[in-house]
Amino acid sequence: MTETRAPLSHRDLFSGFFHAGIIGFGGVLPFARRIIVDERKWLNQAEFNDLFSLCQFMPGANIVNFAFAFGARHRGVTGAAAALAGLLAAPIAIVLVLGRLYTRFGSLGPVQHTLGGLASAACGLVIATACKIAAPVMRGLAPVAVAAASFALVILVHLSLAVTMLIILPVSLALAWRA
Amino acid sequence: MTPLLSLGGLFAKLSLLAIGGVNSTLPAIAHEVVDERHWMTARQFAQLFAIAQSAPGPNMLVCVLIGARVAGVTGGIVAGLAMVLPAGILVMMVSGVWQRFQQARWRRIVQAAILPITAGLVLAAAAVLVKAADTSFLLGAVSAVVAVVNLRSRLHPLWLLAGGAAVGLVLR
Repeated sequence: MTETRAPLSHRDLFSGFFHAGIIGFGGVLPFARRIIVDERKWLNQAEFNDLFSLCQFMPGANIVNFAFAFGARHRGVTGAAAALAGLLAAPIAIVLVLGRLYTRFGSLGPVQHTLGGLASAACGLVIATACKIAAPVMRGLAPVAVAAASFALVILVHLSLAVTMLIILPVSLALAWRA
Repeated sequence: MTPLLSLGGLFAKLSLLAIGGVNSTLPAIAHEVVDERHWMTARQFAQLFAIAQSAPGPNMLVCVLIGARVAGVTGGIVAGLAMVLPAGILVMMVSGVWQRFQQARWRRIVQAAILPITAGLVLAAAAVLVKAADTSFLLGAVSAVVAVVNLRSRLHPLWLLAGGAAVGLVLR
């Protein structure tokens, strides 16, 4: 994938992911894709998709995993650290300030009303995300059953996420194997 | 147990269970921080989630906000690192194997197996958030409209968040 190109420096890794992080409103993925594929040409679209598919399939925040994997391919563990630091430095500083403001002013009436509306809008975005993920899945009985069972085990049966995974993951793998 | 250890332990565990992304763990996070540890109310959880959504950066920022609320700036950083390090280290270890087996059948099987689980868990996350945040008919309508507009148009999500906040401020 990247063998034919010279490895990026720690500074490049930090700055590329820093840009993606700080402009990444509503999800970093599209911004990271634009910077890495279109602007800096560090990967072509197919390479980007392949590495990103790994990050989706592994547990954890997808784009954070991407920073780990991409950084490590170039400069090993310290490269991963550079990419991670770039991605998270600004966003973490920003939410720490926002969290402080929330603790200080969050209980004021108008602030509560604003945050109430904001929270409902954020809910709406999660509903939409769930629909987007579900749409390509809902072909065939098996995937629908797995999705419904995952939902039910967490929401209706109140199983912990670990136990839910232990039950549903082998079932889903078996179904996908037979398909 | 000290708050820092408690935060670190909780999010390190959830890091490895976050199949398909951090949203899959939202029901588990809500259960732990609201029902089990009583760090905040369900309403506060939904508001912290919304604040994280409104800031630039990956959606694991909700963990930073929770950590900061429990144990200040150090708590926020501990929670954030705990959420990303276990999964990130695992990804670095697997990344070489992944590349080598680009055409392998098991890769497609694993991906096909994980997608419907993610779909179910993100739906569960939506249900938890709706229950916590949509406490009136108006707020429920805000969620519904935002979901439909986000699915049907290319309007940037920030506008939808701003619109929801404005409706909350003006119409309450």
